Amino acid sequence: MAEPPHIEVRDLELAYGSSVIMRDLNFSIRRGEVFVIMGGSGCGKSTLLRQLIGLKPTQRGDILYDGVSLVRASVAQRAALQRRFGVLFQSGGLWSWLTLAENVALPLQQHTCLAPSQIDQIVRLKLAWVGLRGFEDFYPAQLSGGMAKRAGLARAMALDPEIVFFDEPGAGLDPVTARRLDELILQVRDSFGTTVVVVTHELESIYRIADRAVFLNAERRTMTAWGPPRQLATEAEDPAVREFLSGGPAAATRRAALKPVAP
Amino acid sequence: MDRMESRAPEPQVVTRRIEPDRLLVRLTGDWRLDRGVPDLAPLCAAVEADQALRQISFDTTELAGWSSSLVAFLNQCREVCQARQIAFDPTGLPDRLRRLLDLAAAMPGAGIVRPQAAQPSWVAQVGLKALAWKAATVESVEFIGQVALALSRWVRGHRSFRKTDALLLAQQAGAEALPIVALIALLVGMILAFVGAVQLERFGASIYVADLVAIAMAREMGCMMTAIIMCGRTGASYAAALGTMKVNQELDAFAVFGISPMDFLVLPRLLALLAMMPLLTVFADVVGVLGGFVVAMSMLDLSAMEYWLETRNALNLTQFNAGLIKSVAFAVVIGVTACLRGLQCGTDAAAVGRATTSAVVTGITWIIATDAIFAVVYNALGI
Repeated sequence: MAEPPHIEVRDLELAYGSSVIMRDLNFSIRRGEVFVIMGGSGCGKSTLLRQLIGLKPTQRGDILYDGVSLVRASVAQRAALQRRFGVLFQSGGLWSWLTLAENVALPLQQHTCLAPSQIDQIVRLKLAWVGLRGFEDFYPAQLSGGMAKRAGLARAMALDPEIVFFDEPGAGLDPVTARRLDELILQVRDSFGTTVVVVTHELESIYRIADRAVFLNAERRTMTAWGPPRQLATEAEDPAVREFLSGGPAAATRRAALKPVAP
Repeated sequence: MDRMESRAPEPQVVTRRIEPDRLLVRLTGDWRLDRGVPDLAPLCAAVEADQALRQISFDTTELAGWSSSLVAFLNQCREVCQARQIAFDPTGLPDRLRRLLDLAAAMPGAGIVRPQAAQPSWVAQVGLKALAWKAATVESVEFIGQVALALSRWVRGHRSFRKTDALLLAQQAGAEALPIVALIALLVGMILAFVGAVQLERFGASIYVADLVAIAMAREMGCMMTAIIMCGRTGASYAAALGTMKVNQELDAFAVFGISPMDFLVLPRLLALLAMMPLLTVFADVVGVLGGFVVAMSMLDLSAMEYWLETRNALNLTQFNAGLIKSVAFAVVIGVTACLRGLQCGTDAAAVGRATTSAVVTGITWIIATDAIFAVVYNALGI
């Protein structure tokens, strides 16, 4: 019997109340790949992410991790699955009243039986990995945006997760800092063998990190492309995907479609 | 699957001398995060005890699994080696583990200035506290002045806030507060009547329960209980809302657009309270008297008509107004303290909590203090 895909999304529907924003989502993610969920603003990327990590209940469809359903899991099973995830939230989500070291240490204190000195060692190591050695006693408010993101990553990596989710990692960062974060994402994957799922609309970032990507089309309310982004840029059937991946503004496409310009 | 995993061998460290100056460290077992990590101390002791040692290498052939805990362990080993100038030979380690060790060493991190404040002496602490207290007082007085200025601008017809905001705030501070005010006023009225009934009945003066309840509610309890409820309810909500706006940089956005938070945020809240507090107080007075009536009817040998006539005799407009004037003063106290604490809020989530607590504590303190001042003034005026 073939091994089930690492992460599999089946006939998933995203909805707010009774208004469906996405339907018929079907894709799978391989172990150890960097997978990007892309699409324009408001297409439901972040909602999809919230469903993938179990923060938002799923109405229709299924999400399977190594063949185990997150949707149908009991509370205990869900907690066990979620312990395999690390999540970097869009604004970092660092606990503001704790220092960076305490932020990273808290999951270790809650979920392992390591001695305080060992936790301290691991925390220093994790912070060193993201380039924040020496910042252990800083509070999140004392950090720049890029540093807060990296600290968030260190916390997401606290329990050696199998899968790390990133919600708009480049949002609010300058291009250089955003590129460093992308490099860090690749480093995480290469060093830990972690599966990485990234939600983003930033084109440069997509080309830099993505092994494969899925495109959510807000107008058609479903996914219209799935594969390596470079391939999709030329071969995708949906013109919106090609437009998106070539950096053309979607609005211009729509205008062009409404009023064809004479050649 | 869990059972199988729990049978995985415990992580262990075994050291063996393989050459006169070389120590081989065998790492075995499953180094998972939810397992303990072997103590580094025996290895350190072995290293310390042996002056001839020049190199440490590793054997991981029996390593069942590993996680960050092993990396942290090895990182410590390396630090020990560096301190003793012993060569740390990572060739026996898995590739990925080696990369992670390198990564930890390669990342820059030096040259950071830690924000460390020295602990001042107690004399200095007293001085600092006094200065902080003075600054806070000045700030509060300034704030009251600014509120007064904003109010005068509004009276002169200056366009300052959105009418819909003010109406919504008035609804939240008025109509939505009715149930809790009704409940508390009813109970207070009943308690007053109960206490009065027990005492006055002994002197055959049970009819005066009506006077007691009516005067106590109108002069003191109606406005005071309403103020305390509103301080905990609406004052806290104002402080939390303004504090959150500060955290979200919404207040900065107002500043950038040249919109005064005094005019736009504080004023409508204050006006909502000023308009609603007297109404709520009247409501509380009536409900309180009703509560007293219920207890009097059930406990005392009085007719309903007697009770109502006595209540009407006891109350005059002066008694009633004494309470109403106080309720306006309480509205100012609640509005000003809540908005001040909200705007003074720091920039993190915990600060919002502190601002809210401080708003309620300061508010209630000043309500009681104001009530005491009014008692003295009314006494002097013979009201």
